[in-house]
Amino acid sequence: MDISSWDGTLSSSDFCLAAHAFTEKWKRINPVLPPWSWVPRPKSPWLASHEVEGYLSLENMCILRSCEEDHDEKSHKGNEEPNCLGKDEYIDNATLVQSYRQDVRYFDFHIVYSASYRVPVLYFRTYSSDGQPLLLEDIEKELPGNSTNVLMESKWTFITQEEHPYLNRPWYKLHPCGTSEWMKLLFLTDPSLGGSQGVPVELYLSSWISMVGQAVGLKVPLEMFNKRKE
Amino acid sequence: MDVEAMGREAQKYVWEGAIPLQIHLHESEVTTLPHPSPALVLAPRMGYLPLLLPLLKPHFSSTLPPGVDTIWFEYKGLPLKWHIPTGVLFDLLCAEQERPWNLTVHFRGYPGNILTPCEGEDSVKWSFINSLKEAAYIVNGNCKNVMNMSQSDQVELWHSVLNGNMETYQRVSSKLKLEKVGDQYVGKPNSNLLKSRTNTGETDTGGPVKTGRIPVRLYVWSVSKDFDDLEDAPQIDSWDQISYMNRPVEIHREEDKCFTLRDAVKALLPELFVEKTLIDEEIPRIELEEESRAPSDDESNTRNEEDVEEKQGENVECCCPSDDAETKLKLVRIQGIEPKLEIPFSWVVNNLMNPEHFLHICVFVKVPQAKPLPHDR
Repeated sequence: MDISSWDGTLSSSDFCLAAHAFTEKWKRINPVLPPWSWVPRPKSPWLASHEVEGYLSLENMCILRSCEEDHDEKSHKGNEEPNCLGKDEYIDNATLVQSYRQDVRYFDFHIVYSASYRVPVLYFRTYSSDGQPLLLEDIEKELPGNSTNVLMESKWTFITQEEHPYLNRPWYKLHPCGTSEWMKLLFLTDPSLGGSQGVPVELYLSSWISMVGQAVGLKVPLEMFNKRKE
Repeated sequence: MDVEAMGREAQKYVWEGAIPLQIHLHESEVTTLPHPSPALVLAPRMGYLPLLLPLLKPHFSSTLPPGVDTIWFEYKGLPLKWHIPTGVLFDLLCAEQERPWNLTVHFRGYPGNILTPCEGEDSVKWSFINSLKEAAYIVNGNCKNVMNMSQSDQVELWHSVLNGNMETYQRVSSKLKLEKVGDQYVGKPNSNLLKSRTNTGETDTGGPVKTGRIPVRLYVWSVSKDFDDLEDAPQIDSWDQISYMNRPVEIHREEDKCFTLRDAVKALLPELFVEKTLIDEEIPRIELEEESRAPSDDESNTRNEEDVEEKQGENVECCCPSDDAETKLKLVRIQGIEPKLEIPFSWVVNNLMNPEHFLHICVFVKVPQAKPLPHDR
């Protein structure tokens, strides 16, 4: 489909394609990070439909937050970027200095397709190391500076707490009503994505997550939205 | 009465519909003797349970323990999702509709791990507007009309829902330009009998007929044990027993064919109609009005079987010997009624939808005995 006439959305079958391409790429590029997995829609096994329904899940993603103590300004480098913890990941020793109060945050991310908006939607929940769920205010306080900007300036991304479409529990969600607009913009303005060949479905999720990841402090390596195949 | 007038009657019926509730305070929150009597309340179908707080608080306030009120409801132990309209909860959770509907109210101990938080009327209003935006997006491809509503219009719209004022609602919501679903056959329910080649002009929309997406929320309750009477239907203990589908229905218009309620349910749950049930050989193949269509042989067989199946489904009583391998559509309930599946879907949507522009459909299905999945609780 021609990009200029594209409305920024994708069909549910395209979402499945994009999801599988995305998980493969993620595994390839970030072997040390936990992988995304495709979870088929739970319950009602008899409801196996012509469309494969399911969602992408990344759970127990551990993100270190360095929180500054009030009395320890000088040790704080002003770098609030969270570090994704992986086996071989280099950990800056300075962040292990006692004067920091290190908080480990666990995130569960689910990418669920919205049939209404025809775009993926990010659902997440976060909890501390003792399993205590965290409140939105706490999450927002801890987001890196640029994330809160993305959230506040953008009428396109805001966090709400709603029921997970499949799991009957409250989850946080990045509201999807602006997604199609900025996805279209993203693809129109970035020459490396698409171009004359039309909308590359396989790149949809990588590009999408580069945007939404910012809003929740999930760092996505640049290689993820490189069109060049490894 | 012509179809349009019937439609208006239906809308009035739905807007004025109310569920009689008998609300008991949970015993853990009763601090005085004697126990307070239950509150008797008429809850609007189109409304939401937390909005009943102003009616309930005075009734129970003298006995509540100290603390901040966070109201929530449960039915036989099942915490009720406050963002689902009251009428839908009743239609879904009470197979045999009990009147009054006995609910338990809590003012303390909000189950935040199960229910999304509700901070009173504002939360409900936000949820309503959010759903309306979603509906607008489905119908128009964008939410501009809702986002651009003036503050006063938004307030008026919300109040019309709060107070069940249909006239105000229709006046304000018409500004949203959420087109009524058009269907050139809506004026003639049996129009498929007549090979009408021209638009008869009996549409109930002034505008062009649109093929579109219709906002629908479908709740499927499936049980593995068959039941003949609704009062024998098993209890719903957990929301996990209900499949919730928030998926628009795409109307495909074909010449000489009316897109019916059955077509809509089939679009959402194709498995229910593909599954060939055991048809008792003695039941005659019913000669159908749809003969006027010229389907392939296969198609007409399917349709015949569907209609026989649908007849079985409509009478909850099963005329087939019970067979565990069957999947059976037992009931389709919308706004407390069980509409005939042949009714044009456009009529159903235009007259039975909720004010946030969603049509809520409750479906009861009997499924084959399933082997428990490894991760079943």
